[in-house]
Amino acid sequence: MANRKIGTQTVRFENRPYIVGRGNIGGKKEGEGPLSDSFDQILDDDMFGEKSWEKAECKMLEAAMDKAMKRAQLEKDNIDIMLCGDLINQIMTSSFTARDMHIPFLGLYGACSTMTESLVIGSMLVDGGFARSILAGASSHFCTAERQFRMPVEHGNQRPTSAQWTATAAGAVVVSEWPCGITEGMPVVRATEATVGKVIDAGIRDANQMGAAMAPSAVDTLLNHLQDTRRDIDYYDLVVTGDLGYIGKDIMADLLADAGLDKKKIFSHYDDCGTMLYSREQDVHGGGSGCGCSASVFAGKILKDMEQGKYRRVLLMSTGALLSTISPLQGESIPGIAHAIALEVE
Amino acid sequence: MVLQISEERNKEKEKQKKEIGKAYGKYAKQFTPRPKYFSNCVKAFISGGLICMAALAVQNRLEAMGLSQKDAGSFVTIGLIMIAQLLTGLGVFDVIAKYAGAGVIVPITGFANSMVAPAIEYKKEGPVLGVGSKLFTVAGPVLVCGISAATAVGIIYWFIEKF
Repeated sequence: MANRKIGTQTVRFENRPYIVGRGNIGGKKEGEGPLSDSFDQILDDDMFGEKSWEKAECKMLEAAMDKAMKRAQLEKDNIDIMLCGDLINQIMTSSFTARDMHIPFLGLYGACSTMTESLVIGSMLVDGGFARSILAGASSHFCTAERQFRMPVEHGNQRPTSAQWTATAAGAVVVSEWPCGITEGMPVVRATEATVGKVIDAGIRDANQMGAAMAPSAVDTLLNHLQDTRRDIDYYDLVVTGDLGYIGKDIMADLLADAGLDKKKIFSHYDDCGTMLYSREQDVHGGGSGCGCSASVFAGKILKDMEQGKYRRVLLMSTGALLSTISPLQGESIPGIAHAIALEVE
Repeated sequence: MVLQISEERNKEKEKQKKEIGKAYGKYAKQFTPRPKYFSNCVKAFISGGLICMAALAVQNRLEAMGLSQKDAGSFVTIGLIMIAQLLTGLGVFDVIAKYAGAGVIVPITGFANSMVAPAIEYKKEGPVLGVGSKLFTVAGPVLVCGISAATAVGIIYWFIEKF
């Protein structure tokens, strides 16, 4: 039965689901960054006219999803399943957004790896014939994450150099069995393979060293993906991790070189959403993080570049640090996870 | 016997895991930029010093106006707390603290900030279970440890006095 499985961890989609609609939204700081042109909407105020940060995040996720459906020229009734997740306890943002969306909902938690997780599962559902069209998305908000995982926002403290900045952003895409919303003859992005990652724990205990905590899992998933598909890293025009940040990106490149990959190829083909979303001058220390980081960069910049022909083949690998609010206090180390999905323009 | 062996194996595994973690942490550190300790210390020294100088100037002035040293000190303390609270509410304190660091965190201004920040943050969860229960999330641990340490030192001091 499992005729789509190749190698140890990878699946090859027989029907190559179409990534048809995309939508993203960014906060004020994200709008001041180098990717400001790639956002469908940029907030003037991160409260988004709501009463709480959580409500603002819900509204952002909904806005991204609405935009994605609009681009795919689909109504809510045409979406079979909505898959999404976020960072807030009991994935509050996603569930509460789903409450208002009235679409059958599967909530996911993969920390910041959620965007790829939802894409992977969504593509499997569409490829397997279990759904015609699905919505995949993820969101994060600096203020909701900060108050849950760290300190109250107004608390005056100095962030360590390795600390990363949770992106106030959301991104969503529609995955469909048809190239709906795409004019004939225009390039269309399709999902070709997916690799589900293993949880890897390299023993980092510092919650301000997320990039370093996640890098080994990204390396593991990438190497397994390349082995399963019998490809080299330069098969892809871009291999992009979710939110390893500056430190994690350097570690990833170093570990990949150690594993025998060509250094030149690594530097010319590999990038990280966390280092793309902000510029160094924006005082984000280690770079961007959060579910919304890879979600908004993927649903904006990367898909746009693919449509415009800049990239033909992309491997998206969102990375997640699977810590909870209590696990570091109990002396637990921080395990990481990374999933990969291969996308091609046709 | 079998149980003992598996227990030993577990311990061995645990030890190995810890060693890997340590080695990887060291490796990751190479990639992490070091904080600028010296310039941070200088900034903290100057900003903290300025705050204390200003406070002392006000206190001297109040004393010159006829207040006792104790009363003048209390007034100044209240003033510092009020300013820090106001700046926190206006969203400025965290910006100052980013540059001044310990210079504004160590004086009583830091304490005021650590109380007001959660008060603002948890307002949406209600006055009792929100603000009431979360008000001391930052200051609470410091108070508990500080008072415990003071008690321990006090007991030792009392014994030394006695004998």
